[in-house]
Order: sequence, then structure tokens, then C-alpha cells
Amino acid sequence: MGIPLAELSRDQTARITELAGGHEFKRKLRNMGIREGKIVRILAAQPFGGPVVIEVDGRATTIGRGMANGIMVEPVE
Amino acid sequence: MKKIVLMGNPNVGKSVVFSRLTGARVISSNYPGTTVDYTHGRMCLGDEPYEIIDAPGTYSRAPTNKAEEVACEMLARGDVILNVVDATNLERNLLLTLELLETKKPLLIALNLWDEAKTTGIRIDIQALSALLGVPVVPTVALSGEGIRELVDRIPDARPGTRFDLPGDEDKWRQIGSIIKAVQQVSHRHPTPGDRLAAASIRPVTGVPMAVGIILFLFWMVRLLGEGLITFIFNPLFELYRPLITELSNWLGPGILQELLIGRLYDGEIDFIQSMGLLTTGLYVPIAMVLPYITAFYLMLALLEDSGYLPRLSTLSDTLFHRIGMHGYGIVPLFLGLGCNVPGVLATRSLETRKQRFIAATLVCISVPCMAQTAMIFGVLGPYGVGYIAMVFITLMTVYLSAGLVLNRIMVGISPEICLEIPPYRMPSPGIIAKKTWMRVRGFLLEAIPYLFLGVLMVNVLYLAGFLDWLGSLFAPIISGLLGLPPDAATVLLAGFLRKDLAVGMLLPLGLTPAQLVIAVTVLTIYFPCVATFAVLFRELGIRDLACATAIMIGVSLAVGTLLRLILIGV
Ligand SMILES: Nc1nc2c(ncn2[C@@H]2O[C@H](COP(=O)(O)OP(=O)(O)O)[C@@H](O)[C@H]2O)c(=O)[nH]1
Ligand SMILES: [Mg+2]
Repeated sequence: MGIPLAELSRDQTARITELAGGHEFKRKLRNMGIREGKIVRILAAQPFGGPVVIEVDGRATTIGRGMANGIMVEPVE
Repeated sequence: MKKIVLMGNPNVGKSVVFSRLTGARVISSNYPGTTVDYTHGRMCLGDEPYEIIDAPGTYSRAPTNKAEEVACEMLARGDVILNVVDATNLERNLLLTLELLETKKPLLIALNLWDEAKTTGIRIDIQALSALLGVPVVPTVALSGEGIRELVDRIPDARPGTRFDLPGDEDKWRQIGSIIKAVQQVSHRHPTPGDRLAAASIRPVTGVPMAVGIILFLFWMVRLLGEGLITFIFNPLFELYRPLITELSNWLGPGILQELLIGRLYDGEIDFIQSMGLLTTGLYVPIAMVLPYITAFYLMLALLEDSGYLPRLSTLSDTLFHRIGMHGYGIVPLFLGLGCNVPGVLATRSLETRKQRFIAATLVCISVPCMAQTAMIFGVLGPYGVGYIAMVFITLMTVYLSAGLVLNRIMVGISPEICLEIPPYRMPSPGIIAKKTWMRVRGFLLEAIPYLFLGVLMVNVLYLAGFLDWLGSLFAPIISGLLGLPPDAATVLLAGFLRKDLAVGMLLPLGLTPAQLVIAVTVLTIYFPCVATFAVLFRELGIRDLACATAIMIGVSLAVGTLLRLILIGV
């Protein structure tokens, strides 16, 4: 169901469908407002497997590539 | 006395609110993790005194790093909770609010950043929010002080609030969803040119050149400002002081008092750098050589911090920092450490694991010279040209990176990925910048001058007692044999434990060649932290890790020193 957030291209918008990871992982992201059902956009992706900067609710957060791979999304529009 | 503890997510303005309430000054900056420890302050409400506690920020009551642990400890101690909430980010902030309501302690909410909420088109129904949560809610703009008066007036109305009884996070999020629906309206806003520039600063292709430019500009400004202050203000001041102190010196005449207060004369003249008297070198080094650079550096640092650029820099440098066992947030201890190693080491608390913290703290101590030391390096090596200064800093940078690479390899433990909120860019407030710079400069003066006096005194007394000659001959095999320095340099290393800036200054009377100076100042940076840093290192790492870190420092300093000697001087 859905594709990993890390595979979105820049400025593409998507809806988060699932957080695929351990309890801690889910909790940490949700606490920072990155949750199922939210609309997310990639603002920037650093090269060499570096982190991606995403925007949720108008707020930017930098997360590691591994985390971005654990966030499942469904492109919208 | 009743305790009011400030709780909230990182970077919502708690420290500014705290300063407003207590008048006490604490550092606030525009990035998460500025506050890593708690601060007490006092406030009177009518006749009743209250103790106010500023705590680090946290996203929830389950801590994920040391700074958040402190926040949770403080929560347990508070009698009243003042929950500072980011009005531009209400939904996410409410999770902590709901968790705080579970403690059943009296609570009230400061809905801060109210100005930014208004300009970004967010409307919040205060009455409705207050009714739903069952606690007072006061909109505030901590930066300007708007709403703080009302906030203070409402403190007695703090109450345990609505009992939602939501055991799981899912339930809480659902509840938050319905609260948001009832109280918040967001009007859509089109991206501005500012938004586009902000986005460009975090994309690799545009962001990396911008970062290099910004960092070079900052350091160039520090040098320019520092030099300017020395040439146009502090040196002229000391030239006014010279006749006075010469008068005193003549009046005292040769003897122990002259030795202590004025120090050695060079061709019958006082040499402010080399004389080593309390009233000559003891004043000149901190005030005319170090203070100007400290002021310039902290001014630039404050601009960097308050603009919100640091988290962007963390993002851009994350990949590099992963190679050396940290993640991008490691740049924060590095930058703070360039001012003073003590806050540099403290900032490692925002890193998640022991491995990251150990590496970050060790690297700061081993290869990041504090601004006081840097200023003296400029002063001592400057006359021989920029090339020698560059040699020192390139060596230290290489040590930073290679020690990090090795430690990352050999240390067990994990370095989790970065997960960092990027705050919006904000225009630094001149008032806050000035206050913050002054706070840090004042801290330097209060710490440095007593230690420098102590250092100068110690050097004089030990010298008179013949201890230094003994020390010199004891360490001669290392100092002269390995490093190619005169045996007297042992004294300098001893003084470096008290103050590194003083120690660098003490190299001058030794009449070293520029190459020897490069070796000496580099070893002086690496071999051991100053006593103040050593104390926090002990507190942060514990005795075992401290022993490891110390062994690494001594080993690396000898290796690097010997290598430099072989390259610069030969066998
Ligand atoms: N515009 C605006 N900025 C604020 C306000 N309150 C705090 N700030 C800024 O927000 C940043 C974070 O403040 P700080 O007190 O360090 O947050 P803390 O991490 O919660 O202690 C700083 O740059 C402050 O100057 C406010 O009400 N309005
Ligand atoms: Mg703070």
C-alpha cells in the first residue's frame, strides 16, 4: 500500500498512509506532527543518501533517509 | 515557595517568556535545543513569591534525549505548569498539553508566537480552546511582551483542567483533531519570494554554496570586527594606561612586588604581552587581545542562532557528520565550542545516544579552540603571516575529521538518523542580540579575569620557587625530544590547564620560531581541555568515558605534535 516517502520527487504532494517501523519510530514522528492522513511535501533531498526535508502543516522537518523510507505515502492530485 | 515550571515543545519561546516573567536573563535562540538545562528565577505575584523554572523543550513526557529527561524531571518538581504553546503549530503542540493535563497539576497556557500566527493567517478561538481544555489560555508575544501582564494575572487561575481520560496516543490524536476543528481556522497563503529563498537555502545545489559563503562571511566579519576593536579602541586605551603603570613600576622599584604586579621589563620598558605581571599581561591579554574577538564572535553567533540558519546548516552537513559518528546536529556543539568549549560540551545533550555524545564532546575538546585561544593564536602568529595561522587550523580540522572517523569505527553503539524541526527564518531582534552578546561577554569577563590572574600568579610563584625549572627538565624528553620545543614550554602546558589564552601568550617570551609556535599552539589545543571544560566533561561523560577521552587527547596531541615537528622542523 503506497510508496515510501523517500521515492517522491521534489515538490510532489502526497498523503501519509502508514508509518512502517517500530513503536519508537512511530511515536517520535507522530509527536512531531508527522502522522497518518497528513499531507506531506518534499522540500529538499540531500545527495548520497542524506536526509530529506519535508513539510507537514506548513512546518519543515529534516528526517533521515531511512526514516523517509519508513513513511508510506500515496501521491495526491 | 510555589514552583511554576515552564513546559512546551522545543523552540516555542519558553526562554523568552521566562526572561519576561523573572527579568533573569537566559539564552534563547531560534533552533530546537537551545536550553539543555533548567534555570531558576523568581517572581512575585502580589505578596506571594514564586519560583519559576525554565526547562528544556520536549515533544512528550517520554524523553528521547538527555535534555528532554531534564524537562521531565522538572515537570515532576513543579506545583503549577505554565504550558507554552506555539500558536502557529497548535495541533502538534496539543499532544504535550494533553499529557500535561494527565498530571492533574494546575495548568495554564501561554499561546505564544501570537504575532506570527496572525501574519500567517491562523485564527484561534481563545475562549473555545480555554473552555475545551478547562484551563486559562492567554495569547502572548513574548518577544514584545504583549500579553505577559495578562498571563501573570491569570496564574492564580491555573487549574487541573478537563479530564479527558485518553489512555492511548491514538485517542489523544483523535481528541486533538476535534479540538482543532472547533477552534482553529487557517486561511491559505501563497508562497512569497522569501519562502522561495528559504527553500533554496536548504536544497543541496543552492544551499551548499550559500552555506560556504555564509560561514566564510561570518569568520571574515569576526576577524574584521575583532581587529578593528583592537586597533581603534583597545590598543589606544592601553597606550593611555601605559604612563600610569610605568609610573607605578618606577615607584615600586625592583623587588618582589614589581615582579608580581608589573613583571619583567624588556629594555627597561613594560611589554604588555610578555611582562607577565598581574597589572600588565594579566589585564592586557583578556581585555585588549581576547575581549575584542570574543565580542565579535558572539555577535556573529547570535545572528546565526536567531535567524534560524543553524538547523539548515545541520541538514546540509548531515551526511558528513554521519561519517564521523554523529548526525547534522553535531554542528551545534562545534559552533558553540568555537566560542567556549563549556557550552559546546553541554550542547551534546541534545544528541540521542552515548556514542554520539561521547564523539561530539571529545571532538570539541580535542580540536576546537575556543575564541579566547583563537584570538591569542591570531595575536601570536599573526605577525608571521596568515600561512602559519592556516597551518594550525587546517591541522585541527584534519584532527577533527580523522578522530571522528576512527571513533565512529571503533566505538560500539549506534548513531541514529537526524530528526530535526526546521523553524521558520526570523528577523533577529536587535535587543535580544545585544543582550545575548553582552551576557556571554560578561560571562567571559567574570570567568576569565580571575583565572588569568590566578594563572599569572601561579606562574610567578612557581617560577620563583624553582618548580618550573624542575618541571621543564622532567618533561624535557617529550617537549624537546618529540616536539622540538625548549624545555620551558612545559610551563606553558601547565598554565594551559587553567587558561589556554594565557598559555598561548606565555609562548612569546620563549623566543620560538614560527614553526615552533605552530607546533606549540596546536599541541596546546589538543592535549587537554582547560579546567572549566574538564569539569563539565566529567559531569556529562562520567569518570570512565572521561578517562577514555583524556587518553585520546594526550595520545593524539603527542602524535600530531611529533608529526608537525617532523614536517616543519625535521628530525
Ligand atoms: N515573533 C516572535 N518570536 C518569538 C516569540 N517568542 C519567542 N520568539 C523567538 O522564538 C525563538 C525561540 O525562543 P526560545 O525562547 O529560545 O524558545 P524555547 O526553545 O522554547 O526556549 C527565539 O528566536 C525567539 O526570539 C514571539 O512571541 N514572537
Ligand atoms: Mg529555551
